[in-house]
Amino acid sequence: MRFVLALIAALIFSSSAIAVQPGEVLKDPALEKRAREISSGLRCLVCQNQSIDDSDAQLAKDLRLLVRERLMAGDSNDEVENFLVQRYGEFVLLKPAFGAHTLLLWLTPALVLILSGIGAYAAMRRRPQPIASALDEKEREALETLLKRDQSA
Amino acid sequence: MLVEAGHFALALALGLSLIQFLVPLWGARANDPVLMAVAPASALAVFACIAFAFLALTFAYLSSDFSVLNVVQNSHSAKPLIYKISGVWGNHEGSMLLWVLILALFGAIVAISRNSIPMRLQANTLAVQAAVTIAFLLFILTTSNPFTRVVPAALEGQDLNPLLQDPGLAIHPPLLYIGYVGFSISFAFACAALIDGRIDAVWARIVRPWTLGAWAFLTLGIAMGSYWAYYELGWGGWWFWDPVENASLMPWLAGTALVHSTVVMEKRDALKVWTILLAILTFSLSLLGTFLVRSGVLTSVHSFAVDPERGTFILGILILFIGGSLALFAWRAPMLKQGGLFAPVSREGALVVNNLFLATACATVFIGTLYPLALEVLTGEKISVGAPFFNFTFLPLIVPLLLLLPLGQTLAWKRGNFLGTAQRLYTVFGLSLLATIVMFAATYGGPVAAPLGVGLGLYLVLGSINEIVTRSWSKGTPLAVAWRKARGLPRSAWGTAIAHAGVGLTVIGIAATAWGVEAIGSLKIGERLKGGDYEVRLERVIPRVEANYREEAAVLTVFGSGRELGTLETTKRLYVTRGMPTTEAGILTVGLGQVYASIGDAQPDGSIGVRLYHKPLVLLIWIGSLVMAAGGALSLTDRRLRIGAPVPAKAMPPAAIPAE
Repeated sequence: MRFVLALIAALIFSSSAIAVQPGEVLKDPALEKRAREISSGLRCLVCQNQSIDDSDAQLAKDLRLLVRERLMAGDSNDEVENFLVQRYGEFVLLKPAFGAHTLLLWLTPALVLILSGIGAYAAMRRRPQPIASALDEKEREALETLLKRDQSA
Repeated sequence: MLVEAGHFALALALGLSLIQFLVPLWGARANDPVLMAVAPASALAVFACIAFAFLALTFAYLSSDFSVLNVVQNSHSAKPLIYKISGVWGNHEGSMLLWVLILALFGAIVAISRNSIPMRLQANTLAVQAAVTIAFLLFILTTSNPFTRVVPAALEGQDLNPLLQDPGLAIHPPLLYIGYVGFSISFAFACAALIDGRIDAVWARIVRPWTLGAWAFLTLGIAMGSYWAYYELGWGGWWFWDPVENASLMPWLAGTALVHSTVVMEKRDALKVWTILLAILTFSLSLLGTFLVRSGVLTSVHSFAVDPERGTFILGILILFIGGSLALFAWRAPMLKQGGLFAPVSREGALVVNNLFLATACATVFIGTLYPLALEVLTGEKISVGAPFFNFTFLPLIVPLLLLLPLGQTLAWKRGNFLGTAQRLYTVFGLSLLATIVMFAATYGGPVAAPLGVGLGLYLVLGSINEIVTRSWSKGTPLAVAWRKARGLPRSAWGTAIAHAGVGLTVIGIAATAWGVEAIGSLKIGERLKGGDYEVRLERVIPRVEANYREEAAVLTVFGSGRELGTLETTKRLYVTRGMPTTEAGILTVGLGQVYASIGDAQPDGSIGVRLYHKPLVLLIWIGSLVMAAGGALSLTDRRLRIGAPVPAKAMPPAAIPAE
C-alpha cells in the first residue's frame, strides 16, 4: 500500500505545477477553449480526483493531446467524450452519466429536498395552529367586568 | 524516559476516562451528587494526562529524539523549529493525539463551567464525552501509538512531508480539529438530554456557544485549507471537491444548520427534536470525516499517512457512536415535549427552510463523496464523481438559500408578513439589481454568471447592512440616536449581520473568479507573457540550496496598464530527504485581486513554462470566511451567552439536607 501511494504521489508530483504545457495550446482560441472545457470534465485516471486539465501526469498530457487531436479532426464535444468513455470506461468522466447505476446519485438531492420539505410541512400541519376564536358568552362577561372595574378605578 | 512517561500518561487517561464515563452516568441515574461530582474532577485529570502525553511527544520532536519511530518518520534535525512543532500533528499518530487532546480540553472546559450548567446535564454530558475519549484513546494505544521506540535509534529522520512544511498547513489541522471536536460537545449535550429525557431552552442556551465556537473554528480551518491548496498546489484552484475537502464541508454544512436551529430552540422552544438529531448528525459527520481521512479509504493529495488496517477500527468507532446515538434518539426522542408554535411565514419558518436546504446540500455532498465507493464495493463498477457533478447539483441548492437569506433575517418571529418584509428590503433589491445590470453592461460579452453571482453577493451584504440600519434608524431619527441604538443592539444581532455579510463577500469572490484570465507560455529571460490587463517579464532564474530543500526560483516582474507593479517569485522545490518536488506559486496582490504565476518544466530551447493568472477579487473568498468566523465570534460575546443560562436558585438535592 505504501508503495502504491508513493507511486501515486510520484505520478502526481513527478512533473511541475503547470498542467497544460505551452506546446499543447491550439492555435484556434475557440477550439482551445472547447478543449479546456472538455479536459476539465475528464479525470486523470492515475491521479486522485484531478481533471486532466489540472494534472501533470504523463497520461493526462497524452489525453489532453488526444482531446485536441479529436477536436482538430472535427469531432463535437460529445463525440470526444464518447470516444474517451469507449476507450477508458465511464471512470474517465468526472460527472457520471445519468443511468440505472447512477440513479440514486443523481436523484438524491431532489429526493431529499422534496421528502424533507413534505416532512417539515406535515409536521407543521399536524401540530395545532393557534387559532384566534371569538369570545364566548362567559368570556365576554368576564371581560366586561374587568373593563368596568378599570374604568371605575 | 519522558517518552515512556507520555505513553503511560495516555494509558492513565484511558483508565480515568472509564471512571469519567461510568461513575457520573450512574450518579445521574441514582441522583447522587457525590457520584456526579466525579465527572468534572475526572475530566480535568484526563485532560492533564493527555496534555502531558502531547507535551512529551512535542519534546521528542523538539529534541529530535530519533529513537522514537514517529519522530524518525516525520522529522529531521535540519527542519525549522515551527515545522518541528507542527510535525507533531503532521502525521497520523500525532494528529490523532491532537484530536483527543482537543476532545479532553473541551471536556475540561465543560468541567470548570460548573456554575452555568445544571449538574445532571453536566454529569451526563461528560460521561458521553468520556465514551468518545475512550474509543479514541483505545484506537491510539492499540493501532497508532506515537511513542513506539526504534532500536537501534536512527541517526537522522526521514523529514516531514514537504507539502506540510508550510505555515498554512501548520495551523490548518488544529483549527479544523477544534471545529470537528467542538461538535462533540454539542453531540454529548444532545445525548445527555436524551438520556435524561428532558430538553428545554436552557439546554439550547448552554449548547449554542459550543456549536457556534466549533462552527467558527471549522470555518477558519476550511478557509485556511482552501487558501493553502490555492497557493501551494500551484494550479490556481481554491476548492477541488476533493473527498477530503468534502469530509470537512459536510460537518460544516450540518453545523451551520445546527447553529441556526439552536437559535429557534433557544428563542422559541421549537424544533427541539430536529435540533437534537442535527447535533448527533453533525458530530457523526465529523467522525465520518475523520474516518475518510484517516482510514485511507480515499487516497488523495491531502491524505498523508494512510493505513487501511486502522480503517476498520475507526469504522467500528463510527458505527458504535452513530448507531448508538441514533438508537438512543429513536428510543427517547418521542418522549421529548414539543413546544413553540409558529406560522409557516415567520423567522422560524425561514430557519426551517434554511435547514432543509443546508441538510439537502449536505446530503448531496455525502452521496457524491460516498457513492463511487459504495458502487464499487457493491457492483465493482468504477465511476468518478468530481467537481462538475458537485457544481451542477450544489449550486441550485445554495442559490435559493442565499436569495432567501436576507428575507428570513428580516422576518418577524412567530408570525411574519412576507410582503411587509419584502418592502423593508426594497432598497436592497433595487441597489443589487442595479449593480448587476451595470456590471453586466460593463462586461458585456463576458461570462454571464459573474455579474449575477457578484450581484447576489452584494445583495447579501446590503441585506445585512439593511438589517442593522432598519433596526436602529427610521425616517426622522437623528443620526446620533440611530448610532446609539445600533450600538445598543445585542451583539448576537451584529454577529448575525456580520456573518451573513461574510457569506456575501465569499459569494462575490467566488463569482468573480469567472472574470479571471489565464495565459500559458514558455519564456526565456527577458521575455514577456500577457494575461488580460497584466503582463509579466521573466527576470532571472536562481538556483538555491536551503537546509532541507533545493529550489529553482523564477523572478517575474508584473506590469499592469503599462506600469510596473512589483515582482513575484515562484519556485520549484525538491525536498532532498524524500526526493519529493513541490511548487510555490508566486503571488502579487493587487487590491483584492491577485496576479498568480507558477513555473513548469524547462523547455528544450532553454525557455521555461509559465502559467499566469489574474484573479480579480479572489481574496474576498477567504476574507468573507474570516468575516463569517468573526461574526460567529462576536455572537459568542453576547451578554446572554456570557452570563450563561439561568440556573434555578440553589434547589437543595435531598441528600444534602442536613440530618437533625
